[in-house]
This record gives sequence, structure tokens and C-alpha cells, in this order.
Amino acid sequence: MRRDPGLYDYLPWNARPRITWPNGARVAFWVAPNVEFYELDPPANPTRKAWARPTPDVLAYSYRDYGNRVGFFRMLEVMDRCGVRGSVSLNVAVCEHHPELIAVARERGWEFFSHGIYNTRYSYGMDEAQERAIIQDSIATVEKHAGQRIAGWLAPALTQTERTMDLLAEHGLLYTCDLFHDDQPQPVKVRQGRFVSIPYSLEMNDIIVYGVYGESPRRYTEKLKAQFDQLYAEGATSGTVMAIPLHPYAVGQPHRIGPFAEALEYITGHEGVWLATGREIAAHYLAHHYDAAVAAMTKIGGE
Amino acid sequence: MPLPPEHLSYPLRRYGMDHDRYDWSMLPRRAPVRWPNGARVALWVTPVLEFFPLDPGTEAVKAPGGMQTPYPDLRHFSLRDYGNRVGIYRLLEVFDRLGIRASVPVNAAVAERHPSLLREITRRGYEVIGHGIDMATLHFGGLEEGEERRRVQAALGTLRRLSGQPVTGWLSPAKSESANTLDLVAAEGISYVCDWINDDLPYPLRTRSGTIHALPHATELSDFAVIFQAHQSEAEFAAQVRDQFDMLYGESETKGGRIMAVTLHPWISGQPHRIKAVADALGYVVRRAGVWSATGAEILAAFKAQA
Repeated sequence: MRRDPGLYDYLPWNARPRITWPNGARVAFWVAPNVEFYELDPPANPTRKAWARPTPDVLAYSYRDYGNRVGFFRMLEVMDRCGVRGSVSLNVAVCEHHPELIAVARERGWEFFSHGIYNTRYSYGMDEAQERAIIQDSIATVEKHAGQRIAGWLAPALTQTERTMDLLAEHGLLYTCDLFHDDQPQPVKVRQGRFVSIPYSLEMNDIIVYGVYGESPRRYTEKLKAQFDQLYAEGATSGTVMAIPLHPYAVGQPHRIGPFAEALEYITGHEGVWLATGREIAAHYLAHHYDAAVAAMTKIGGE
Repeated sequence: MPLPPEHLSYPLRRYGMDHDRYDWSMLPRRAPVRWPNGARVALWVTPVLEFFPLDPGTEAVKAPGGMQTPYPDLRHFSLRDYGNRVGIYRLLEVFDRLGIRASVPVNAAVAERHPSLLREITRRGYEVIGHGIDMATLHFGGLEEGEERRRVQAALGTLRRLSGQPVTGWLSPAKSESANTLDLVAAEGISYVCDWINDDLPYPLRTRSGTIHALPHATELSDFAVIFQAHQSEAEFAAQVRDQFDMLYGESETKGGRIMAVTLHPWISGQPHRIKAVADALGYVVRRAGVWSATGAEILAAFKAQA
């Protein structure tokens, strides 16, 4: 095991090359709905249990299923109203289970990136060939059902290995959502090629706010607005990224979607906000800012 | 050493669900539901009557909210019991005042221990919903089928005998089921269950004894989830009740009838400092035109009548 993941060098917030976004925007804003499928009875990973209760854990299973049956469409209406395209963090097996959801997102020009095959299959314990297999499965499945090549990755249920980033870069992906160390895209050190992290945010993640912090829908709205206000102010100096990761089973509940809509209307009501997808942010950063960031970075322990 | 090969094998990766209990179905793609008398929202309020034994034993699944300290946990036992002695009567007063007809999941042990409390429920014309034996006698994967059948029969037998009602609804304690629970309750005459929280409207479930329905019993919007588990205030709970209603009421204008389910625990909502906020939130709902205060059985009957 390593003491440091060795994935990035140091680049202090107050001494960085300036980032510019298209049309002089201050904030690159992206929304990442997690469209997931949790299996009722998955094979048990040796490192992590899928469900707290013995099979069938109908409470936990049906809670997730709510997102696909009901919550997705409430979230969709709000995003449509605000002109926000989603970047779907996709358990790619949803392509087979619920192709209707893929079609709805695809006809709106949304992006799809991989969130593994199922949210109940973890990368822990995989060897390199197995990890390659799920990356290749993701690429092929999304290409076949959604007509696009994935550019991004959020590890299934946030389960990673030491080699995940190397393999993603090797397969031509551009970005990871698994690093929470920054409010701007950052170069990620991989064996070959160029690869970046995109701010994804646990703090602004609906399920973390409601579930882990136990906060109310209206409190979530306050937090989203405060996050935006700060990043918008700082974005006048150098472009920032604001991400809202969503889970339709959480934000799509009727007692939550109203306050959430208020936050999304607030953010998208500002000038100078680039309504982007993950791929667009990563591609822009790679084309215009990656090299300068690498040159400005210092090694851990270096001057 | 790699993971065993079954971890990269997906035998149920197919259209629809990964089981056969119900079909994949998207709410907005179904025909709109119409409630009786042009009602827009069916208000389904479910105060839960629970008995948490002082000696819960060591079953595989524990109901949240149960005993926590070393035996005897008088602290948690008596605070839960507060609900059946005091809190429920505050809630009943609110329901009477607002004209709300509740549906009450009752542990069979509560019916046996407090027949007068059960009469307070039945004399108001409220529906009694089967809620297992008590909060330490659960249904879960691995429970032997004969034992589970005995639990279902004991719970429903007691409740039917003491309430005089047919008891056609079922809420498993802690919403915990085994793979057999749906088959076993259907065989005993249950027509709807409250354990599956994946929809806003009723939908059919397959069992060995024919089709029954899932009803969208509130889990996220309950005093238990919001106040007890998430430590939010009663004012925040009340705001979520109002926000939920506003959203559903708005949807009902164009998308068909909706169900506003509110789950209350007398030992939480019936506390003196909380009851007013809860009453105000319910008052906000019942004041509006087109709100139908209904029981689970009535909602299901209206739903099935148009299928």
C-alpha cells in the first residue's frame, strides 16, 4: 500500500496559472445524475457487502428503484426548465434494464460516463484483466445503446484500485470524478497519456447532504447557493467548477424537488455560467490549461 | 488472485428488473389515476403502534429504534411505550380536529396489551394494518418458512380477532421481508403491503397466491427518518410535509391523482413540543380543496376500480 496515491502534485490555490472558460464564463457548472441499478442479490464481494440486511433487503433495494421509476422524471423536468444538460453517471447495465431512461437522456444531448456495470459490483479485489474488462464493457455498452464513447469514470460505488486511473487513460478516457482534492480540473499522473480530474463534489452530493449529514431539502438549497456564490466570486479571477451530483431516488422525492429547483434556477439565472458537461470541461482544460498546470506544479516535498 | 468469475458474470442483465416480483414501469408513462369525487390528492396518514420488547433477543435483523443499552434498557423501552400511553392520544385529538381518517399499523402485541387503545382506533372507523407481532419479531432472509408463516398467522389472527376488521394491509416491522413474506401474507388474505418504497402510486406484485399490491407508505417523509434518524427539527419536518404536498398537489393538476403518505410515530410526533408543528403541517394539507383523507384499503379499491 502507498502512503500517498501518487496521482497528483501540489498546486496551491493562490498561485496558479489562470483558467479561462468559453465566452468568459466564471464558473463551469455541471450536473451529474447518477442513474444506477442495484441488484437484489449480487455475488458477495469479499471486501464489501452490498446490503445491510440479509437478502432480500427490500427497503434498501426499493429505495434505489424509486429513482428509475419516479424520481428521474421529476429531476428531468427541473433540468429541462433550467436548460441544464446532464452528464449521466451511469451503471451501464441500465442500458439493458431500462433503455427508456437512456433514450430520454440521449434525445436531450446529455453525456454518459461510466459508473461501473452495477452499483452492487465493486472493483475491490479485481486483477488488471478484470478491471480492463469492466472498462471495455462500459465503453462498448454505452457505444451500442447511447451512441457515444464514454470520456469519464466514477468508480462503481466509489470502489477503486491503485491502477484504475492508468487503465482509464490507456483506454482513451479523459477524466475521473473520483478525486475530491480541488475546485478546478487537475492533471492526474498516469502511466501513459494525459488524464485529468474534474471536480465532482461529495459536499454538494444530494445523498451525502440528505443521508450522511442528515440535512433538510431547504438546507441543501442554502448550501448549493452558498457554494455557487463563492465559486462565482472567485471565478472572476480564475475559472472555477461547480458540480452537483444527484441521485434521482433522493432528489426526486416530492418533498425535496421543489427546494432543489429553486437552487438550480438561482444558479442558472446568473450571467457568466457555462452550462457544461463533464466531457466539455475536461476537453477544454486539456486543450488550454493542462500543460500550464503541469509546469506550475511542485512535487510533494519539493520547492 | 482475481475475484471469482461470477463477479464479472451478469445472468440477470436483461430488460426490466432482476427479479419477477413486479414489472419495470415508469410513473409518467402510466394512465393518470382518478380518485373518487374528483379528488386530487389522497391523504394517507399512518400513525404506527409499536411494541419494543425489553428483551429483544438476537435475531438477524434488528428494528431501528429498539433497545440499545445493556439489559434492562428502561430508557428506550419506556420512551417507546410513551407513544402508546400518551403520544397517540395527542395525535388522535389532531386527527379528530382536522377530520383525518388514519390507517394504523398495529403490532399484534399492542392490540393484546392495550385493548382499549385498539378500540380508540376502530371506533373512529380507522383501518387497522397488520404490522407483525412486535418490533423484535421480524421477517428477514434466512427465516425458516414455517416459522415465518406462524408469525404471519399469529399477527393477523390476533389483530383480526381483537379488531373485528378483515385486516387486508400489511407493513412488515422495520419494512424487513424475507423472500417468502409476500407469498405468506397473500396466502393469509392480505391485499396490499407497505414495505416497497419504489413508487408514488399502487402497483401489482406477484405472489404464489395471486396478485397483491404495493402501496407507497412513507419512509423518507416520516417523523422517524427526519426527526429521529436525521436529527432535524419538527419545523423542518413540517416544512417537508408542506413542500411534499405542494409538489403532489401541483402534479395532480395535469398528471392524475397522487397519494400523500405521512408516517407518524406517536413516541416522536406525540411529544408536547412537536405536536403543534405536526398538526399545523397536516392542517395545511387538509385545508385545500380536493384532498381526500382515505385509508389504505379505500385508496387501493379506488385504484383497482379503474385498472
